[in-house]
Amino acid sequence: MANSILDMFASSPIRPMQDHMGKVHECAKQLIPFFKATIAKDWQEAEKIKDNIRQLENDADDLKHDLRMHLPKGLFLPVARTDLLSLLSKQDKIANISRDIAGVVFARKMEFPENVHADLLGLLQRSIDASKQAYKAINELDELLATGFRGREAALVEELIEQLDLIENDTDDLQRALLFKIFEQEEELPPVAVMFMYKVIRYIGDLADSAQSVGSRLEMTIAR
Amino acid sequence: MDFLLQNADTIIWIAVAFGFLMAFGIGANDVANAMGTSVGAKALTLKQAIIVAAIFEFAGAYLAGGEVTKTIRKGMIDANYFTGQPELLVYGMMAALLAAGIWLLIASRLGWPVSTTHSIVGAIVGFAAVGVTTQAVNWGKVGSIVGSWIITPVLAGVIAFLIVLSVQKLILNASDPFEKAKRYVPFYMFLAGFVIALVTILKGLKHLFKDKSIELSLVEVYLIAAGVGLLIAVIGAIFISRIKVDKKENKEYQFASVEKVFAVLMIVTACGMAFAHGSNDVANAIGPLAAVVSVIQNSGEIGAKAAVDPRILLVGAIGIVIGLIVLGSRVMKTIGQKITHLTPSRGFAAELAAASTVIIASGAGLPISTTQTLVGAVLGVGMARGIAALNLGVVRNIFVSWVVTLPAGAILSIIFFYIFKAIFQ
Repeated sequence: MANSILDMFASSPIRPMQDHMGKVHECAKQLIPFFKATIAKDWQEAEKIKDNIRQLENDADDLKHDLRMHLPKGLFLPVARTDLLSLLSKQDKIANISRDIAGVVFARKMEFPENVHADLLGLLQRSIDASKQAYKAINELDELLATGFRGREAALVEELIEQLDLIENDTDDLQRALLFKIFEQEEELPPVAVMFMYKVIRYIGDLADSAQSVGSRLEMTIAR
Repeated sequence: MDFLLQNADTIIWIAVAFGFLMAFGIGANDVANAMGTSVGAKALTLKQAIIVAAIFEFAGAYLAGGEVTKTIRKGMIDANYFTGQPELLVYGMMAALLAAGIWLLIASRLGWPVSTTHSIVGAIVGFAAVGVTTQAVNWGKVGSIVGSWIITPVLAGVIAFLIVLSVQKLILNASDPFEKAKRYVPFYMFLAGFVIALVTILKGLKHLFKDKSIELSLVEVYLIAAGVGLLIAVIGAIFISRIKVDKKENKEYQFASVEKVFAVLMIVTACGMAFAHGSNDVANAIGPLAAVVSVIQNSGEIGAKAAVDPRILLVGAIGIVIGLIVLGSRVMKTIGQKITHLTPSRGFAAELAAASTVIIASGAGLPISTTQTLVGAVLGVGMARGIAALNLGVVRNIFVSWVVTLPAGAILSIIFFYIFKAIFQ
């Protein structure tokens, strides 16, 4: 016997949003062991991690498509549909960038000069901190729902987003320092390799930027 | 009429069987709706839900079910048109019961969410308008019933909206939601107990008291209701005090523990919902049955003020419970998976609002649909941004099915009416 009253409750987009962000963050997190492997010139290990990143990115894509299909026009949601969909795109970008970074670095078997290794890992860690912070904020979505996207819980999320902005500021500083270090030794390095180093560093910065835009998108979602 | 009187017992038994079929359909289909939110929010297990529903549906049907019966039976059609030909009322009411009961089973099989109230209203209006005369139908009364179809979902929606907002303001948005939940939830329990007790005394028990010549002043009634509410609140508070904050399950806020407090509250509202449902919907089955029985027992005289025989109420109450146990459990089983994102705090608002609305309307004698109030209440919770997603397409289908059910019940009952007329005359 079918029961339409119960069909009224459509499946909630909140949980899948969080699952997607979880997958995306997991994907970004893999970049640390990946870079450690490339620094150790363990290309076999690096390939394994790169494939793993690719797989995680695919999984995130599947979740994304699923969520989009489950948000038909006939749904009544507590937040604007457009907000939710663009938040999803921002989240997805983190996974895409992670995949691109691993792809470029592995394909070109890139080797950064030894004196920037620590700085590189430092920048990467901070960017992933940003992704982690965004994940933390997205994880509050269910609590936000319980409080009707208002009150103390909304203030708490605001605070998380502010911290996220600070983390992103840090990555800007780290990025600048790293770029300058490479610039100083530019002439001793193969030109094409340097070009790609700049590119990868910019990508890592973009990772933090994307995490930040997840935060600002979330902020706009709850601001109505 | 002579034929009916000569075979009075047989006719009454047939009518009882039809009434039972109708009550069975109500129990099988509607009760799952009434209990669905509790099971979905995991405040009650399937087994507990069936036990709670059985007890409180029965109590609601038996104690408070008498009031609405009158509207269905006497308000909607004008008894004066039947005085010369009381047998038509008997055929008609039997046809209405059979039509509504069958329509309910067909629709349930096909998965259409129809309202038991709509089926019976359509069926009664149908045979009266076509089989007797359109003037026999009290169109003003029918109009007010149709009006209540709009008013009750709106009323339930508004109440639910306000409850959700108050919960968010008082508890969820506080800095210490768990402590606040412990403090305020007993108040909501009081409210639920108070409303239910009030209506039960004012409407349901009125007849019982009259028989035993017990007179209660309005103040006394309110005091008793407040006492019942207080008792429920105290018992609830004792259960709540046993709940401890689960440190592991909690993040910054203690929502996991807060929901446990609401789960206790939801058991109270689930009882209220089952009670409300029983008190309102049993009338759909027993109203026409009572009409048949009273006409036959009074030798064809259509009494102006025939009291509802408690034994007839019993038929309806038992029918609902058996329908619930036989088929309702199957429906409920699927519920657990369907409403996964309904938490006790959200589900309770929908249930308390729906229960209050049904009880209020039942008290006012309006045969409203529990299905409609629940839909209205759920929409109200959604408006207050309390539910993650509502499927508006399904809501639209439900509205359409409400419209379709009226003519369907009417057509079936007209057919059965002519069949009975042909057989018995």
